[in-house]
Formats: sequence, structure tokens, C-alpha cells
Amino acid sequence: MLRYALKRLVSLLGALAVASVVVFAAIEVIPGDPAAYMLGLNAAPETVAALRAELGLDAGPIARYINWVTGMLQGDFGISYTYRTPVSEMVGDRLWISLPLALYALALSTIIAFPVGIWAASKRGTSVDIGIMGFTQLGVAIPNFWFAMILVVIFAINLRWFSAGGFPGWGGGLFPGLKALTLPAIALALPQASILSRVMRSALVDMLDQDFMRTARAKGLTQGQALRRHALRNAMIPVLTILGLQFSFLLAGAIIIENVFFLPGLGRLIFQAIAQRDLIVVESVVMILVFAVILVTFLVDLAYAAVDPRLRVH
Amino acid sequence: MKTLTFTAAMMLGASVAAAQQTELTLGLQLEPPHLDPTGAAAAAIDEVVYANVYEGLTRFAADGSVRPALAESWDISDDGMSYTFRLRSGVTFHDGAEFTAEDVKFSLERTTAEDSTNAQKALFEGIESVNAIDDTTVEITLTEPDGALLFNLAWGDAVIIDESDVETLKQAPVGTGPFKFSNWVQGDSIELVANDAYWGEPAKLTKATFKFISDPTAAFAALMAGDVDAFPVFPAPENLPQFDADPRFNVIVGSTEGETILSTNNQNGPLADKRVRQAIAHAIDRQAIIDGAMFGYGTPIGTHFAPHNPAYVDLTGLTPHDPEKAKALLAEAGFADGFTTTLKLPPPSYARRGGEIIAAQLRNVGIQTEISNLEWAQWLEQVFRGKDFGLTIVSHTEPMDIGIYARPDYYFQYDDPVVRAMMSGLASMSVPEDRTAVLQAVQRRISEEYVNGYLFQLAKTGVADVRIKGLWENSPTQANDLTEVYWEE
Amino acid sequence: MRSLVIGGLLAGTFLFAALLSFVWTPFDVTELDIAARLQKSSMEHWFGTDHFGRDLFSMIMVGARISLAVALVAVGIGMGLGVPLGLLAASRSGSLLDELIMRSNDLIFAFPSLLIAILITAVFGPSALNAIIAIGIFNIPVFARLTRGGALSLWTRDFILAARVAGKGPLRISVEHILPNITNLLIVQGTIQFSLGILAEAGLSYVGLGAQPPTPSWGRMLAESQTMISFAPHLALYPGIAIILTVLGLNLMGDGLRDITDPRIRRTGR
Repeated sequence: MLRYALKRLVSLLGALAVASVVVFAAIEVIPGDPAAYMLGLNAAPETVAALRAELGLDAGPIARYINWVTGMLQGDFGISYTYRTPVSEMVGDRLWISLPLALYALALSTIIAFPVGIWAASKRGTSVDIGIMGFTQLGVAIPNFWFAMILVVIFAINLRWFSAGGFPGWGGGLFPGLKALTLPAIALALPQASILSRVMRSALVDMLDQDFMRTARAKGLTQGQALRRHALRNAMIPVLTILGLQFSFLLAGAIIIENVFFLPGLGRLIFQAIAQRDLIVVESVVMILVFAVILVTFLVDLAYAAVDPRLRVH
Repeated sequence: MKTLTFTAAMMLGASVAAAQQTELTLGLQLEPPHLDPTGAAAAAIDEVVYANVYEGLTRFAADGSVRPALAESWDISDDGMSYTFRLRSGVTFHDGAEFTAEDVKFSLERTTAEDSTNAQKALFEGIESVNAIDDTTVEITLTEPDGALLFNLAWGDAVIIDESDVETLKQAPVGTGPFKFSNWVQGDSIELVANDAYWGEPAKLTKATFKFISDPTAAFAALMAGDVDAFPVFPAPENLPQFDADPRFNVIVGSTEGETILSTNNQNGPLADKRVRQAIAHAIDRQAIIDGAMFGYGTPIGTHFAPHNPAYVDLTGLTPHDPEKAKALLAEAGFADGFTTTLKLPPPSYARRGGEIIAAQLRNVGIQTEISNLEWAQWLEQVFRGKDFGLTIVSHTEPMDIGIYARPDYYFQYDDPVVRAMMSGLASMSVPEDRTAVLQAVQRRISEEYVNGYLFQLAKTGVADVRIKGLWENSPTQANDLTEVYWEE
Repeated sequence: MRSLVIGGLLAGTFLFAALLSFVWTPFDVTELDIAARLQKSSMEHWFGTDHFGRDLFSMIMVGARISLAVALVAVGIGMGLGVPLGLLAASRSGSLLDELIMRSNDLIFAFPSLLIAILITAVFGPSALNAIIAIGIFNIPVFARLTRGGALSLWTRDFILAARVAGKGPLRISVEHILPNITNLLIVQGTIQFSLGILAEAGLSYVGLGAQPPTPSWGRMLAESQTMISFAPHLALYPGIAIILTVLGLNLMGDGLRDITDPRIRRTGR
């Protein structure tokens, strides 16, 4: 187990190293000069040059790459070009919105998906099952930003139950914060819940044909009881995989939803930073997101190996 | 489904209104990157701090005129080479430091210094020296007469700061204005509070919050829900009729300094031919663009000058919408079968929507356009710096910027000795009538040369609670001066 | 079987609309008529008109063309590159090459896809082609993994062993024996990826990174409708429904195809 973990760790570090080069190179070739963007139409070339020097942009790419990576290793992500505040602070602030939003959406999706998936599986083949699966198909097909727009029209503009967006900060207490995240979380959760219920159902359905289930049924348990007592645990592996994937997706993939609801989260930070050519922010945030995804994958892999020793061989 | 709930909630909202309010929440579309107007071009900075937090020697008033600010009065030497400013006494910065002539000297010299990062450095390049004669007197000497100096000193980029605050201005601005910086929740809002020690008439508001809402739909919802009290530049003109019909709101339509033009690369293929540019001018239907892109808000212009300026000449009649004439001109220029060019559009909706309409109008006379929607950074790189474009749409929001037609290296690359000669004479003129005559001649010249397609003057379309008084109606500079703003009882 | 028919009908409708739009649409989508803007549904304009007075129904027809084309080509890229990589990795299972291919796949997966799409358009400018590339890249690892997994389970089977004994090299075996046996798998996944591609294209053009005007695209239609949703909801409704039905149709088709091709599910399923 330890050897397996070490091997995976080495490949994780390798992936991070490669990713840092890819990210840096990609951002290096983006046309557009942050200094020129900041100074606008009337700025003289020498003014732009002065600002470039002030921002440390006049160093060569290799020097800047080394600078960036060594900084990151020490937890220093540099200073934002446009906002002139440390990137780590900005990311920290934004993470307090993106992380709760991702968790909120994930919680919603799990709360919906588990019972729905179990219900569908226990009624396999009936009209209930077909109906539920039809609904989940619809849920998968709805673009989340479109769903978000509809939610805003109904619940913010017409009913006024929620504000149309924005974030009051956690300073005012837990409730206002959660309230502001509710519509975005619902918009994000709908497709995820649909996918998760489908995975849940099919994992359980696979279990139904296993011998131990037949035994359980033979002991007189109903299909539903047998599912909950015996199959659920075994069905958790595929479900956990999807949850892991969804978490990383939600953390990085909320860009559009954050824009619809103008939430100052990581996604919107990066969207703005690209537009403003605040490249150091783009680099660092992409790197953090990539790190998060690789880390989650790593942990999920380890969890598998712990559950199922056969997987360690590969 | 919408109207019913709207009206119901409206009545609720109205009855809640109570006692005298002295706090204001203002919605802005863009959050400033930082709060030092002398270190970036972002208009969003001035929209928060101009006249509220920082002041310069002179300032723009709501009608666009230049008024004394930190300078009480001034004398101009007969040769126009030297300006002597008498400063107000008893003025302090928000941190308690006293405002003196040394601060003026420091601020202006910082602007013109070698390593200056001031976005408008070019405006002040004619300043040879700044001398503090005594605590309340400053003399500025120029290398050549500059009739626009007082005007230029009113820009947000020329505000006076204290040397000891330079390093911290970006996050915690310190000025001499009627409001003090209080708090900044990044990504959300900035808070200002009244400055009790202000030298002039104190502000009527005690607190002003600027809330940043970039998405037009969200801005609409925020106003409707009462999350913000006013949106001085409301980003979606299509929503204005709804506000207009709602008794809770005032729709404030004013003018800006933004000449919105179909910028034409005068050195690019067929566009270098004056007849082709004239054809484009006749192919354009200004009213259709104003209706389609701005939902009717905007004033047609026929040259690069603000219609509310006394020196404006209405030249829209020179190029009426006439597709047949456009086709004839194209044929005369050898493009009977039309040609293809690029149309590069920056993000604002006037450009994106206007671009689609213009593309359709040009298609009608045989000119095909390849549209690409660009971000500002890409636009700056490709269009403004790289001059790699055929056509683009942009609103030139700098006040009195007709001088760009005398710069052959400017992005639309118009090289005309006639205009250059006219403009170079302007700087040394101090008689207003002479200046007006020159400005009008330049307006005619660029219009008759069809340098760019002149579309419309951008309107300032604001929405505010009906009880708010004293907001600027027009936008002589991009600012939200809150000095005079109050809630009507 | 039923889902295949329903899905096929839905997806087929939009495919037909897309093809038909090449030769006929009720109105010309590049022709603006500002005076006739923001009309509701009528006999003349079935879905009403947009803020430039263009016919929404015609725009949705042409938009189908863009959506389907972008998604289809993106899946093509993913298959074209992913399947050979997967076959190669499986044929050298456990080798350094296998490890390299699979780890590169993991790496691509680790990048948030929308972000990469935004970066690509920041470099090359927004266009339908760049949307295709951005979506296509993320399809490569999907097909590579699927192919490798499917192929690995085949490599231990007797008929492959027989082929090896007969002296066929790994390349020939991959193409002649492995590929035909995983085609079903690929078609099912291809349909799913196709539907995901439609969603991705809609998302990209919603943030302004897809096909450029005057070409209509469903995502951009939604983006442009956003400020008008409170007084002209039809502008957001119809393109949204078009996306949903197309994606739904393709997903149902994918499900149906899987039911038919996977005997295990056919036995136990509905």
C-alpha cells in the first residue's frame, strides 16, 4: 500500500511540474500587455515601459518562470498586476465563496440523488423508474446557465425571494451568505444531481443481480430492504468517484454561474483577470485549480486502493 | 407574469420609505483596480474618487466648465507661458496633514517625471517647472503656450496628493475631498464617509457606498429590489422603459463626452480611398443604429465633437443614409462588386450591437465584414497598437479629443497636414472666438474627408430613486460627484 | 428501444432543421428589421423576433447547424486522436509509453475545461474553429481511456491469443481484431460526447467564445437575451429549449444504443 501511495505521489508531483510549465507557457503566448491595458488609450510608450519595469515584466520568461515557481513553493503567489494586492490574499477571499458554493451544490445534489437513485433502482423496470430516469435525462440536458437565468427571473425578479446575485460576505452571519449562494447552488446542483442519481441507480442495479442479493431476497427481505442493507455499501465506489469528479468540476466549473450571479468567486476572478491581462493571477489560480483536481484524484485513487487491494496492482 | 408582482412589490417598497436618509448606495458596472487615479487609466477609479476623495487645482463642474478647486484663483502671464495659482488655505488631507504648495509641486512633478506611470502624462508634457513660491502660491512655467492647461489640470489624473501617502494610495486613498475613504470589500463594494474637516461646503450625505455590479441583468434586479439606490450609468438601455414606467424611479438621460464612431483604418486597402470611406458614410443609417443598439438613446453626430459643446457644428446632413449613392461611389472607386474587410468589436454593447447593425448596412451596399468580438486587452493590442483592422467601433470618451486627428500615428492613421496645421495653431490661441473658429474648421475638414464613420454621441442613461437629488445629469468627465447629492424628504 | 426511437426523432428533427437551413429558412437571418423587433410569436414569425427584428425560428435553425457541426467535429477530433492512443497504450500495456499516454490524459483531465477554452480564445481570438479545438482536446482523454480499457479486456481473450500465435503484430491485431470489437462502445460514448459537446458549445458561445456574429448560435442568443428576459422571455425560452431537446435526444439515443449493443443490460434492463 505504501509503495503504491509513493508511486502515485511521484506521478502527482511530476504532473504538477508539467502542468506548471504548460500553464506558464500558455499564458506567456497570450497577446496583450497588462501595463498597456492599465494605462489605456492615451498613454505614451515610455509610460507603459515604466509600468512594465515596476511590475517586473521586463525580465526574461525563464527568470520569471523560476521566480514564479520558487515563490509558489514558499506559498507566495506574487502580487496582482492590476489590484496590487498579493494573489494569495485575493484567492483566499474568493475561495471563501467558491468552496462553500461547491460544497453547497454537492450537498444538494447528494441529498437529491441518493434517495432518487435508490428509489429508481428498487422500482427497476416500473413506470416509476422510467419516469425518474426520464427526468434525470432532462436534468442532464439543461444547460446550467440557462437554468440559472430562469431561476433569477422567477425567484429574484418576480417573486423577490432571493436577490439576483452578489454576495454580502460572511461578516453578516451564516444565513445571508447561504441565502445568496442558494440559487447558484441549485443551478449547479441540478445537472449534477441528475448524473449522480443515474450513477447511483445503475450501480445498485448491477448489485441486484449479485448472488448475495439473491440470498438476501431469499431470506425474505423486500427488494428495497435488500438494497439499503446490502447493496448500498458496495455501490458506493462508483458513486464516490463521481462525487470526487463533481467536486473538482464544481470548484473550477462554476465560472459561468458565478458570472450569472456576479458572485466574486474564483471563477469570476479568473475571468476578469484574463480580460485585464492580470497574468500572474491567471497563472496562479489555474495552477491552484489544477493542483486541487490532481489532489482529489490522488485521494480518490488511494481510497480505492484501500477499499479494493486488487487495484493496487495496476 | 411580471407586471402583477412588480406592482405589488412596488407598493410595499414605497411604504417602507421613512425618515431623512443620509446614506446612499450607488451601483457601478466596473470595480476599479485600485484607487489611485494618477496611476492608471481605468475610468472606474475616477467614478469613485473624482471630486469625492481627491481634488486638483481645478475641477470640472456638472456642466463641463472648468472651476477653481484647490486653487482659489490664478493669473496667466501675457505670453501664456506662466500660470500663477493662489491656493486655498486651511485645507488638510484626510490624514490631517496640511495642504501646501509643496504638495502641488510634488504631485505635478511626479506626473511628468521620467518614470511616471501616469496614463495622461502626455497632457502635462508642456510643463517645464513647478515652483512653490510660498505656502499658498504656485507658479507653473510651460515650454510653449498651452490654452488647455486649466482644462487638463481638472482631469482626475492631475489630483493633488501628499508625498507621504504615495505608497498606500492604491488601497487606502488620502485626498482633500468632501469624502474620506472608509472600506473596500474587494469584488463587492467601496464605502466613503463624509469628511468633517472639509474646507468647503460639507457634503449632505454621511455615507456613500459604491456597489459593483457588472452584469446588466443583475443591475436591473438590484435596482428593482432596492439593493442600490441609483445606477448613474445603467448598462442596458433596453431596460430603461421599464424604469421609466415605474414611479419609484427617475430615468436620467444626459450627455457624455463619448463620440461613438466607426473608426476606419485610413491606410488599410480600399479604406485608404476617400470615395470608399464616403460610401461607408452614406451606407450607414445612424438612426437605425441608435434605435437598434441603444434603444433610441443617443444623438446623431456628423463629426468628432460633442453636440453639447458651443463650438459644435452639426454635419449629419453631409452624409445622409443613401445606399444607392454608396454603391455608386464604390463603383467609381473600382469596387463595384464590393470588398471584404474586418470589423473588430470591443466589449461594450454599443459596439457589439452597433457592429451587427453596421455589418448588415454595409452588406446592403456590397461591403462584406468579418466580425470579431474582442476583449479590451485584445482590442488594444490588435487595433489600437497593432493597427491590424479595417473597421472598429469605439466611443472616444476623453473630453475635447479632436486633437487625435492631428496624430498620423494614431490608430486610425489619418495623415493630413491641413488638420495638423490647424491644430498646431490652436495651442497658442487664447481668444475664445479664434479657438471656436479653428475647432469648427477642423470638424468640417474631418467630416468632409470622411475620416471615420460618425455615428452618435453616447448618452448617459442613469436610473435613480426619485427622491435622490443632485446627481450629475451629464458626464463631462467620468465621475460621480456626490458633493451636492441629497435625499428629498 | 423506445428511448432510441424518441431520441432519434428529437435529434433527427434538429439535424433536419440544420440541413434544411442551408437551402431554406423562413427569413434571412442576416437581414435586420429594427422596426419589427421583439415581436411575440405570430403566424408570420413562429417564435417571434429578436432585438434586431430577426426571425427567431430561422435563427434557431441556423444555430442548430453551428451547434451540431461544432460538437460533431470536436467528437471527431477526440475519437481520431483518442482511439489510436488508447489502442497503442493497450497494446503496450504496462510499458513506459502506456504510462506516458495515460498520465498525459490525466493531466488534460486536471485542467478545468472551460478555463482552457477561455485561454485558447484569449490567444487565438474567438471563433467556431477555436471552440471546436477547445472542446475537442477534452474529448481525447475520454476516448483514449475508454479504448484502452475496452482493448485491455480483449487482449487476454483467446481469439487474440490465436492471432498472436498466427504471427500478427500488435498494430495489426489492434486494428483488425480489437477495434471492431469495441466499435459499439465507441458509438455509445460518441453519442454521449456529442451531447456534451452541444452543451459545451452553448456554454462557450454564451460567454462569447464561440461562432461570431452574424452567424447565429444558441449560446449567444441566450447571452443576448439576458437583459431582455424580463420583458421578452421568448428570446431566452426558445434557444434554451432547442439546446435541451437536442441534448436530450442524443442522450436518449446513447442510452438506447447501449441497451441494444450491451447484451448484459438487455437481459437485466427494462
